[in-house]
Amino acid sequence: MFELRSIDIDLGQQGQADGSAVITHGLTHVLVSVFGPREAKMRSQTMHDRANINVEVSVAAFSTGDRRKRSRGDKRILEFAATIKSTFEPVVQTGLYPRSQIDIFIQVVQQDGGLLQACINGTTLALMSAGIPMLDFVCAVSGGVHSTHPLLDLTTLEENDVPNVTIAVMPKTRKVSLVTMETRLHVDRFEEVFRVATEAAVVIHEEMKAAIMARSRTLIASMKTGSQQPGEMEE
Amino acid sequence: MRPPSPSIPEKEFLFSALKESLRLDGRLPLEIRTPTFKFGEELGWVECSLGKTRVLAQVDGKMVKPQPERPFEGTITIVSEISPMASTEYEIGRPSDEEVTITRMLDKVLRRSDAVDKESLCILAGQRVWHIRLTLHFLADAGNLLDCACLAGIVALKHFRRPDVEVIGDEVTVHEPTERAPVPLAIHHTPFCFTFAFFPDATTPPVIDPSHLEQRLSAGLVSIALNAQKEICVLQKLGGVPLGTDDILRLVDVAVGKAKEMHNLVEVQLREDWAGRKVEVR
Repeated sequence: MFELRSIDIDLGQQGQADGSAVITHGLTHVLVSVFGPREAKMRSQTMHDRANINVEVSVAAFSTGDRRKRSRGDKRILEFAATIKSTFEPVVQTGLYPRSQIDIFIQVVQQDGGLLQACINGTTLALMSAGIPMLDFVCAVSGGVHSTHPLLDLTTLEENDVPNVTIAVMPKTRKVSLVTMETRLHVDRFEEVFRVATEAAVVIHEEMKAAIMARSRTLIASMKTGSQQPGEMEE
Repeated sequence: MRPPSPSIPEKEFLFSALKESLRLDGRLPLEIRTPTFKFGEELGWVECSLGKTRVLAQVDGKMVKPQPERPFEGTITIVSEISPMASTEYEIGRPSDEEVTITRMLDKVLRRSDAVDKESLCILAGQRVWHIRLTLHFLADAGNLLDCACLAGIVALKHFRRPDVEVIGDEVTVHEPTERAPVPLAIHHTPFCFTFAFFPDATTPPVIDPSHLEQRLSAGLVSIALNAQKEICVLQKLGGVPLGTDDILRLVDVAVGKAKEMHNLVEVQLREDWAGRKVEVR
């Protein structure tokens, strides 16, 4: 019931991106790349006292069971991007980069439930690997209720049938920065799943932290080998 | 065009007032503006106002052929484009972030929460169903357009009555309102939406039903849609300042109380209007 699906994180370099992450929660597969902070493409979007965060989400037509193409103007996708943007605005220290822009591009490759959680976790990791200062991790997890039992990390099939909640937690302070629920659920049941999900987000945090640590370690190791003299390599 | 952001003195005044739990319009932090309804001549025509925020909702129904994959279900569409009439912030054709949020939220609260029973809109399976269209006109924006729109929408749906139809074999007869009393829609539950605003300073208490200025200066909104039976239909906190678990659950409790009050208020208003419509025949 409270078991999360396997999480796989790859923080390897992707093309020209300053930071990138590929995250899979079970069969949900999301690719996030972060560019910036850099000069904004559109002058009108710059803000004099902080960086502007720009989020673009694209969903591959083949990502769901039934092949469906969603246009960029789709209201659901626009809302999705706006959600991610407002989740990260208070967490990223945008005040350090006035008059610049941070671009976050999210590509959904495969979806099997928990799309929002994967996108948020992926974005956190990508921002971190881009070296953008943040106050804390943002760890998201979805939860649901089957009759009276809370469940965690739902697949598409489960998502369609049970009321589901997605929350994003900042693990250091245990504060919740995002909660969405779109199905009918009794208040008491909601409280139960809400508390369980907050706990689960901490578990996800461990995974994400481990991935970031491992990546940093390899980077430091390769920096060392680069700066060493040829004779020192053997030591 | 985006209006200029509120001036610094305005901002500081509001924040220092809120810190002492005072609001510019004299309300308590957790007090909503009492909604007023104006019902039209026609059934399904409601103008709802929360203070100076006004939304007009109108419902009409027509018969259409159902979607082939759902032959037993009627359809409901919600038309909610915010015109520049409400405020200069809105433009035609280019949905702002706020408009997207309102549209999606209305869709979730009124349509996806199954407030209206869709199967009861079926007349003849696979042939004829009712298509209910809810049109919202945003007349004035003085803050919290979302709650006002949700309220107007659900009240209009409850107020609406569709003509009675009779099916004999394959023949569908629509009875004029003069012939047979029109029937109300089958409504499972009535969700009400409540929006809370948070401010950058953590010691400032959250306020319910924010005014325009409060909304502009807030650092995050939480919208909770729920019915009088204590069922949450939509809970939405999209980013903004992070809150503790207990803070959110406290808001849910507040909303539960408000939903009960609102439910009674709406029922009374609808009953009054309905009583005024009856014409005694002697």
